[in-house]
Amino acid sequence: MPVMEYIEALRLAMREEMERDENVFVLGEDVGLKGGVFTTTKGLQQQFGEHRVLDTPLSESAIAGVAIGAAMYGMKPIAEMQYSDFMFPAANQIISEAAKIRYRSNNDWSCPVVIRAPIGGGIFGGLYHSQCPESVFFGTPGLKIVAPFTPYDAKGLLKAAVRDPDPVLFFENKKCYTLITGDVPETDYTVEIGKANVLREGDDITVISYSLPLHFALEAAAELQEEEGISAHILDLRTLQPLDKESIVEAVRRTGKVMIVHEDNKTGGIGAEVAAIIAEELLYDLDAPIMRVCGPDVPAMPINPPGEKFFMLNKGKVKDAMRQLALY
Amino acid sequence: MNEMESKPRMSRHHEVGLTDDQAIDMYRTMLLARRFDERVLLLQRAGKINFHVSGIGQEAAQVAAGFALDRDVDYYLPYYRDYGLVLSVGMTVRELMLSVFAKAEDPNSGGRQMPGHFGHKRLRIVTGSSPVTTQVPHAVGIALAAKMKGEKLVSFVTFGEGSSNQGDFHEGCNFAGVHKLPVIIMCENNQYAISVPIHKQIGGRIVDRAAGYGFPGVRVDGNDPLEVYQVVKDARERALKGEGPTLIEAMMYRLSPHSTSDNDLAYRTKEEVEENRAKDGIPKYKQYLIDAGIWSEEQDMQLNAELRAIIDDATNYGDKAPFPTPESTLLHVYDGDSEGGRA
Repeated sequence: MPVMEYIEALRLAMREEMERDENVFVLGEDVGLKGGVFTTTKGLQQQFGEHRVLDTPLSESAIAGVAIGAAMYGMKPIAEMQYSDFMFPAANQIISEAAKIRYRSNNDWSCPVVIRAPIGGGIFGGLYHSQCPESVFFGTPGLKIVAPFTPYDAKGLLKAAVRDPDPVLFFENKKCYTLITGDVPETDYTVEIGKANVLREGDDITVISYSLPLHFALEAAAELQEEEGISAHILDLRTLQPLDKESIVEAVRRTGKVMIVHEDNKTGGIGAEVAAIIAEELLYDLDAPIMRVCGPDVPAMPINPPGEKFFMLNKGKVKDAMRQLALY
Repeated sequence: MNEMESKPRMSRHHEVGLTDDQAIDMYRTMLLARRFDERVLLLQRAGKINFHVSGIGQEAAQVAAGFALDRDVDYYLPYYRDYGLVLSVGMTVRELMLSVFAKAEDPNSGGRQMPGHFGHKRLRIVTGSSPVTTQVPHAVGIALAAKMKGEKLVSFVTFGEGSSNQGDFHEGCNFAGVHKLPVIIMCENNQYAISVPIHKQIGGRIVDRAAGYGFPGVRVDGNDPLEVYQVVKDARERALKGEGPTLIEAMMYRLSPHSTSDNDLAYRTKEEVEENRAKDGIPKYKQYLIDAGIWSEEQDMQLNAELRAIIDDATNYGDKAPFPTPESTLLHVYDGDSEGGRA
């Protein structure tokens, strides 16, 4: 099985889907000849031509809106937002249009669009190249939101998103692009949207997370097991919307101690909803208060290295919190 | 004043390519839109329905545009005053009334959206929302898809002059200009954005913006359906030849208040409204048909009676039709979710 980078897996997913279905096309800023500012779409225009890999004007609402129009016509557009920080001009198209097209037309029209956007910091991007905007879109019924953390999931979830009959926001983590490598089958597989994934079985504490911080949690769990005999159960949400409630409940019930980890800031984040589900379903199964380990409630992370390091999660922060929870 | 008033030419409809029957059918459709609109206003005033947003004064341009398009292949992205347009491209008065009464059988939204929020996939009327002008990028996306697939069709999108100041108008136009897409972008300039008059909304002219996007802009008298027909037809031919978009600014006047929740005399005078009522396209077009010798007052009375019967039937049908079930509120958040969205 080939080992590849997260970003290569994304590229492979797009290539395979474009080879499979001529209605799939890519549009966005710099996605053509340049292959995107991160090279995610590199080589696709050479293979599929300018008509299927479109360099657009610098205008996010049009990128989303044109993709939505094409999707209503019957195409399967993959719209790229260069950074998720820049998708807010398209928020009206995403929230008022894409999310509501099926509902408002009473199932007459549909909008099978994929909107890809890189999230996350740790690259000295400062306030506007580092954000995690998932909580802005989370809680908008009609949208699906996915956030892979490995190359395997990146390929499988992107292929599933392209084939999904509804709009999918695909939040890929830019820190993972070349940092994370892993096995990716060359076969045509998908990862089901709406299903969480148990990454590690354990009995003492449960960690629920998504995207980059899962790597910190997995490393921390291995060390805690080895060094201190703490056994952690780790659940990757994979899909943020709709949340896989059953898997969350099952994972928490397993240990009775739960910690939710994400880089997006704490207040109103995905973790708040996960905590509310746990409180509704499992209050009397808990052996410790629900713990959240998240980005601080500041507008976004600063570019200066100490500030960025302070904002970002890392293995050490997650490990300390896991130990604290285990000892509760 | 337009040519029609100053110098009647009895075969103008032939010159633009309309048969006598088509010219009369166009009149019939605009009158139907007008009578429908008047009825719904009455229903609202009588307390039968909650809300109506009117298109009175704009029907001539709407219907003429609909007739200039291909009702078998083109896509329509109307805005909330376009009763004339949707009736021209195949929606029925019954269907409109089902929407007015917010009934389950309403093809636009199953009684979910406000009236005037059209959508009908079989007729290629694309579902719309209330945040204005979001439909312009959609029309551009449909035109892009049609071009990619080599389909010979155009998308036709309308909006008011107020909403032409939204970013989506500019972003959509620019995208369409770059890719020379088969889209016709028609502004129904009715002089008001709710209460704000045109001179407080726009420093220049909407039609002149086309130059900045690299395609032609045409200003047209929206009260002259034959002129609008010609301009839309020409724009469609350009689009099909691969010459790209056209921006049309149809000049008209919103004779009704913004909606049934609006008192327009708080910001404009009765005199101003009356002055514009005298320019209404529908009676002028009727006179043209009479002068052309293909219409008469007797036929007009018959037509009014016929339209009244259609509207009575539709009103009755819409009124009696069942509401959606309360639980159906949960349906169609996602594909195949017969139990509704997941909590």
